[in-house]
Amino acid sequence: MIRNKLLAAVTASVAVLGLAACGGSAEGSGGGGGGGGDDTITMGFAQVGAESGWRTANTQSIQESAEAAGIELQFSDAQGEQENQISAIRSFIQQRVDVIAFSPVVETGWDAVLLEAKRANIPVILTDRSVETEQEDLFVTFLGSDFIEEGRKAGEWAVENWASTGAQWNIAELQGTTGAAPAIDRQEGFAEAIADSPNLTIVASQSGDFTRTGGREVMEAMLNSNPDINAVYAHNDDMALGAIEAIEAAGKVPGQDIQIISVDAVRDGMQALADGKINFIVECNPLLGEQLMELAQQVLDGEEVPERVVTEETTFTQEQAAEVLPDRKY
Amino acid sequence: MTDRSAAAPGRPVDGLLARARRSPVLWAVAALAVLLLFNLVANPGFFSLRIQDGHLFGNLVNVVKNVAPVLLIAVGMTLVIATRGIDLSVGAVLAISGSVAFTVVEGAADPTSGGTAALAIGLAVAAGLVLGAWNGFLVSVVGIQPIIATLVLMTAGRGIAMLVTDGNIVTAENPVFDWLGGGFVLGLPVQVVITALVLLAVGLFTRRTALGVLIEAVGVNPAAARLAGVRARSITFTVYVFVALVAAVAGLMVTANVSAADANRAGLFIELDAILAVVIGGTSLAGGRYSLTGTVVGALILQTLTTTVLTMGLPDEYIRLFKAVVIIMVFLLQAPRVRAALRRRRGPAATAGGAAGTPADAGPVPPDPVRPSVPEPAAGTGSVPGRPAEQGVLR
Repeated sequence: MIRNKLLAAVTASVAVLGLAACGGSAEGSGGGGGGGGDDTITMGFAQVGAESGWRTANTQSIQESAEAAGIELQFSDAQGEQENQISAIRSFIQQRVDVIAFSPVVETGWDAVLLEAKRANIPVILTDRSVETEQEDLFVTFLGSDFIEEGRKAGEWAVENWASTGAQWNIAELQGTTGAAPAIDRQEGFAEAIADSPNLTIVASQSGDFTRTGGREVMEAMLNSNPDINAVYAHNDDMALGAIEAIEAAGKVPGQDIQIISVDAVRDGMQALADGKINFIVECNPLLGEQLMELAQQVLDGEEVPERVVTEETTFTQEQAAEVLPDRKY
Repeated sequence: MTDRSAAAPGRPVDGLLARARRSPVLWAVAALAVLLLFNLVANPGFFSLRIQDGHLFGNLVNVVKNVAPVLLIAVGMTLVIATRGIDLSVGAVLAISGSVAFTVVEGAADPTSGGTAALAIGLAVAAGLVLGAWNGFLVSVVGIQPIIATLVLMTAGRGIAMLVTDGNIVTAENPVFDWLGGGFVLGLPVQVVITALVLLAVGLFTRRTALGVLIEAVGVNPAAARLAGVRARSITFTVYVFVALVAAVAGLMVTANVSAADANRAGLFIELDAILAVVIGGTSLAGGRYSLTGTVVGALILQTLTTTVLTMGLPDEYIRLFKAVVIIMVFLLQAPRVRAALRRRRGPAATAGGAAGTPADAGPVPPDPVRPSVPEPAAGTGSVPGRPAEQGVLR
């Protein structure tokens, strides 16, 4: 009977999700009817969800850029479920949109639906995250950040500013969600960049799950087991902000006693950078809407586009952060 | 708070030791002791405590501090589970509470004033009460099964929280919240003191009055309890309001900890941790007898495990495996069949009491074919597996 109860619970939740998905596609087909025929470009965009401030900024950028570029946008939010995303893409294909763009929830399992898009002659552009497919040419291009490069930039700053002091730097690394591409790549890029600096040592490395609470809890434990930590490399700003709380609770001064490098450059992170609590941030830019619309236009005009387009990104020091902070969108 | 697993009806009262050995709490305590002992060997720094800026600092303080939100919710969850219910929505309620509080602080004319904090806390707690009343209404008045009723808020609640925060992570600075997140009372973290006070109050209220017995009566057999004059419906309603209230307070803690309200991630899966803490503590999901002491120990085990693996610097992949192995071992030790088997190996003499078993802690309870049909099934628990009253703990 307990099993029955669980089964009922699962059925109910599936039903709820199913309804949500149907609602989304019905709405889409209503608006898409007129989009196919005339000259305006119709783009179907399947977003991952709204799981972070970064993602919200990403969505906004895409919606605003589409409007500015005169592209009709069919937007679908997958709420973190691959299933929803696949059905959204299928409905885009049925509506015969001109171009499909999406940020895949996970890396695998896209072959079938991408093949359908290819057969329907609808070009697919990936944004932010890539996919693994059996066949090579299932999508035209991938627009997104180079996470390894981000890690490398962080590492290079550490070599320039820490290694050159000659002192011993014991670095605590706060990793992102285990298995997530940004976590793996940012770790790799950083390790690569600091490999030749003997006085830069990663003494502890753990996953803080990209969250503030995770960053705080992991940092607390690290400070207890490794009291001589004097540097932190966080895979995103949220974990760095959590770590700052832990460092302050331990009676140390973040940014001075313990220097911090982080990745993302969301508003709160930039604020902490401007306040001197973080020392350096590598940007991971969510505002790729404009680049996406340009790419879509080029693809539809029959121009050649590179298979991989890297988002335009920069880095920030404390002084730069104070300068750009007033105009920061996210 | 005392454990009452021993002495099933008709069994001679045996020695304290024998009674203790049958208690599921004992095994939880043993597991915690082993875990701490393990730390003594593997992480010598684990027990180091020092006074810093006039308060305690060290891993043990981190354990009791980080356990506070989970433990607070687990206390409420214990009462809900004792009525044979469950509340899956506490994580969402926590997120809503934090979001409401910080949205108020952020939007206030004077974000750093005490009045703003009071308003924020008041509204967050009120939101918790309303959500709890909704769950309680669905379960006790409408009669929806608890797992389904609370699933509604579990899935929809984060949407509400995101509407409140507009999808952003809301950050705010306010001295009251800073104190809640990092302050100390008598050298102990504020959150630990709050949790201890709530625990004490619940312990006194349920064990020094008849309330605890009434809650258990509802869990054992709501229909029988109602016929016996227990106001099953109001009790069920009240426990759901209470668990949402403590979830709201936990939401304030979690939010204050990082000075930010994250509608998506705050308290994610905390409902599962709370339920796990309750179950490790020896309270059966089938309702009835419950142990607050067990819940405290259960929550401490979970948090000690987390802090242990973090201190040891285990890679993330192994953290989950390590936790799973420890928790499974605790459950196995608590399972009546495993314990009976262990006793049999020690010799036939010890088996006498064990074979009779204590039905109340016997894992999955088989559906009761002879459950009396009642004219009006008590709300909320209509088709939950039945357990006859005579098996229960009312004695």
